[in-house]
Amino acid sequence: MGRKSPFKITLLLAAAGVTVVALATMLSLLWGSTPALKAFGWKFFFQKEWNPAMDRFGALPFLIGTLLTSFLALLLSLPLSLSISLLLGEYLKGGKLSSFIRSMVDLIAAVPSVIYGFWGLEVLVPAVREMEMKMDIVPYGVGIFTASLILSVMIIPNTASLAREVIQLVPRDLKEAAYSLGATRYEVIKKVVVPYARSGIIAGILLSLGRALGETMAVTMVIGNSSEIPKSLFSPANTMASVIANEFTEATGDLYYSSLIAVGLLLFVITTLFGILGRYVIKKTSIEGGK
Amino acid sequence: MESAILKTENLSAYYGNNRVVKSVTLPFYERKITVVMGPSGCGKSTFIRCLNRMHELVPGARVEGRVYLRNEDVYAMDPTIVRRKIGMVFQKPNPFPTMSIYDNVIAGYKLTGIKLKKSEADRIVETSLRQAALWDEVKDFLHKRGTFLSGGQQQRLCIARALAMEPEVLLLDEPTSALDPVATARIEELMEELSKTVTIVLVTHNIAQASRISHYTAFFYMGELVEFGPTERVFTVPRDRRTEEYLVGKFG
Repeated sequence: MGRKSPFKITLLLAAAGVTVVALATMLSLLWGSTPALKAFGWKFFFQKEWNPAMDRFGALPFLIGTLLTSFLALLLSLPLSLSISLLLGEYLKGGKLSSFIRSMVDLIAAVPSVIYGFWGLEVLVPAVREMEMKMDIVPYGVGIFTASLILSVMIIPNTASLAREVIQLVPRDLKEAAYSLGATRYEVIKKVVVPYARSGIIAGILLSLGRALGETMAVTMVIGNSSEIPKSLFSPANTMASVIANEFTEATGDLYYSSLIAVGLLLFVITTLFGILGRYVIKKTSIEGGK
Repeated sequence: MESAILKTENLSAYYGNNRVVKSVTLPFYERKITVVMGPSGCGKSTFIRCLNRMHELVPGARVEGRVYLRNEDVYAMDPTIVRRKIGMVFQKPNPFPTMSIYDNVIAGYKLTGIKLKKSEADRIVETSLRQAALWDEVKDFLHKRGTFLSGGQQQRLCIARALAMEPEVLLLDEPTSALDPVATARIEELMEELSKTVTIVLVTHNIAQASRISHYTAFFYMGELVEFGPTERVFTVPRDRRTEEYLVGKFG
């Protein structure tokens, strides 16, 4: 154990390198956002005005924009991704159709997000605008709802593939036990398969959420880039990621620049928090970890 | 002759084109222990899984012939009702790890959406656990998960779970093969006790176990029913050479 072979040293160096990168990211975000935090204090994160012309900055609109789009996207995609995972994990376990559907789901994950953004602009935005006209509200087309729609498609594979894997891992003897007690297939799925796979399904959902929180390109293209707090689900808005992508190149003042980095810091912290929360929930709901 | 509560007529079972049970006609007498015995791969497990229609859950599996429960054609009944009337205990103890001991016992009701009053559920849980000789060991932590129980206790929990549905027949598929000798002895004792109220079909490849507790023995070999009769007779004067060779340990 004590002997340091060159191989072991290489492994240690790789691990150390990654640790340094992670810490350095955190530190440089903190460093970069210091001017903004000095000027506005911690209130920066809850201030609702973002006004570059007046040099007044607050991250609240983007925090709201990010959480709204992410959770709405999750809500919209969940029924789809769970259905797919149950179909592939429980009903269509093998065969050509199953592997075809599976590769199509994987394909969704492989499409570059700028393509989604493009498709959103060309197809989704006009469709939403039409819908908004029928609903008699301001027909922006772009906004929170449109961004959520795009996101909901993009995050399907994350939940679907992880959930499918854990559903396939449900031991056969448990399902047989349920059948032998007179349960129907639906009852077996609802009361044995899903509870057993629960922690894995939650893990998949959190993976999707992480993707949605940080997704930049597609969202930036269809969210409408407004720095006001959204008044409804159809309002144009900005997420933390989209405001950074949009305004970084034109951030002229030091305070403006630093405020954008502070938004980045907030995004980093929130993603990390959801990650930690996710691990905690998975640990609590897993079969081995429970009491 | 006693009355057969369950019987098969020319029952054959297939996996795809592979015929693993070959035209078996066999009666099971009420409140008796019938052992289905034979070497591994002789089709004995597949055979009893046809009795409660579990065999058909495997993709590509198929059954020919008839099974009658109290003269009612099992394959004309709703399979979920068949399985409720013919309970099953498996080789490996398989309590539901997501449920408490209490909920495991009444799992059959919970899974199928049958609502029980609290008092009724309490009664079923206690009666079933007592029948399975597990009550004294678990009564103080009924609402904990059953995963910390020993293998033998888990298997008795599975027996309690099957008994809770008040089945007419209980199928046990090598229920002690994953257990140590002490736990095995307890389950054997339990089966003898249970046979006073419920008909038991026991699959085993353990010859000693078959001779110890069963009233009737059916010997299977290569998917065929070689010999059937009262256990004493089969073990003392086997009529078929293959039965004799199996009993003296020439194969299996």
